[in-house]
Amino acid sequence: MNRRSVFIGGAAIAAGFAGHGAFAFTDADAKALINRVVADINGIINSGRSEAAMFGQFEQVFRRYADVPNVARATLGRDARSATPAQLSAFAEVFAVYISRKYGRRFREFIGGEIQVISAAPVKRWFEVQTVTRLQGQAPFSVVFRVSDRSGRDLFFDIVIEGISLVRTEQTEIGALLDQNRGDIDAMIQDLRRRS
Amino acid sequence: MNQFNRLPLLAICAAIGLSACSVPDEQVEVHDPYEATNRQIHAFNVGLDRALVRPTSNAYGIVVPQPVRTGVSNFANYIDTPRFIVNDLAQGNVGDAGHNLARFVVNTIFGLGILDPATDAGLETRRTGFGETLYVWGAEEGAYIELPVLGSSNERDAVGQIVDFISNPISGTLDGADEAIPPTANVMDRLGQRYEFQGTIDALLYESADSYAQLRNLYLQNRRFELGQGDQGEFDVFDDIYGE
Repeated sequence: MNRRSVFIGGAAIAAGFAGHGAFAFTDADAKALINRVVADINGIINSGRSEAAMFGQFEQVFRRYADVPNVARATLGRDARSATPAQLSAFAEVFAVYISRKYGRRFREFIGGEIQVISAAPVKRWFEVQTVTRLQGQAPFSVVFRVSDRSGRDLFFDIVIEGISLVRTEQTEIGALLDQNRGDIDAMIQDLRRRS
Repeated sequence: MNQFNRLPLLAICAAIGLSACSVPDEQVEVHDPYEATNRQIHAFNVGLDRALVRPTSNAYGIVVPQPVRTGVSNFANYIDTPRFIVNDLAQGNVGDAGHNLARFVVNTIFGLGILDPATDAGLETRRTGFGETLYVWGAEEGAYIELPVLGSSNERDAVGQIVDFISNPISGTLDGADEAIPPTANVMDRLGQRYEFQGTIDALLYESADSYAQLRNLYLQNRRFELGQGDQGEFDVFDDIYGE
């Protein structure tokens, strides 16, 4: 499995070096994706619906536009290697609900505010789409979406708020949960389910 | 330098500090040789928040109407502005020094220090401090430390916080009881922020699996972002994601 992913990664890099024809994902595509994400989020936070309804909608946004399985896997860090495929998919499922609620709660604080897409640019091996969030009575702040097509689809895989990365935050969180459950992935998944 | 304001939840993590700096052999994401002590201080800080800071900020937020709280916050920022200018100059950042000077003049004349017409005129706040000056001068970040009451810091910023506390130029113009005005405004501003960002801060302190590790993680990422250092440790993560 590792060898296979190395091969796919290698092929993707080769395609990247081969030029834009083979690796057609561009700044404009990344920006278009985040424009849709932001339009959905702005729609949700200004819809006036209940918290429970909003959580469901945020979950749809994550499932539609974010690379949830790979992000979930990354937050497991080294422990992902010893996990079975069944554990990985069970974890990805619980993780989707967990981040939708956790970040949905934060996005709900943006009610009455607006997120605006500013620009997109390639960074390292992905694209970063800069957005700015304006809330009433507060200084605007930076939210960056990291976007890649390397999962096979154009998806975002990280949200960075004033320098704070969702992936790295959740790595710390999931790592701590694993420690508390003595490295038992199944127990950690149950724990996370209870917390969501 | 940075056009955005710092993340308010981390505004609670400011302050006083320490002397000798511990520098790791190579650049690392988290350098925390004092973790055992830091964790004890963290437990104290969380207890203090639960027993005193959170209830007080709640009362402050409920009793004092939002426009007044905003005025207090504007005033705290206003009296800090001369200090920003001095640090901008020490960093050789003439652009930001001019920006902050213009802000100070506009808010003195048209805002009486309590309103913030400068921001509406496109002169948004650009905070800085001696910690950033030390960074510009080449000082290393040093070890992560959590300070009693004041929260997250690192060795470089702790020194900066002491210097900031004793070096506000405006203090020279005050005497007697007036000297208490800048620190009082500062404390009230922090209480206001604790109230304003209650949801985020409560989730961080009371819902995290390990609130110490999470606060450290957030602080280090946000502080490096403020200083324009970018991200130093994440590339392995994304190699992991897309299997390379």
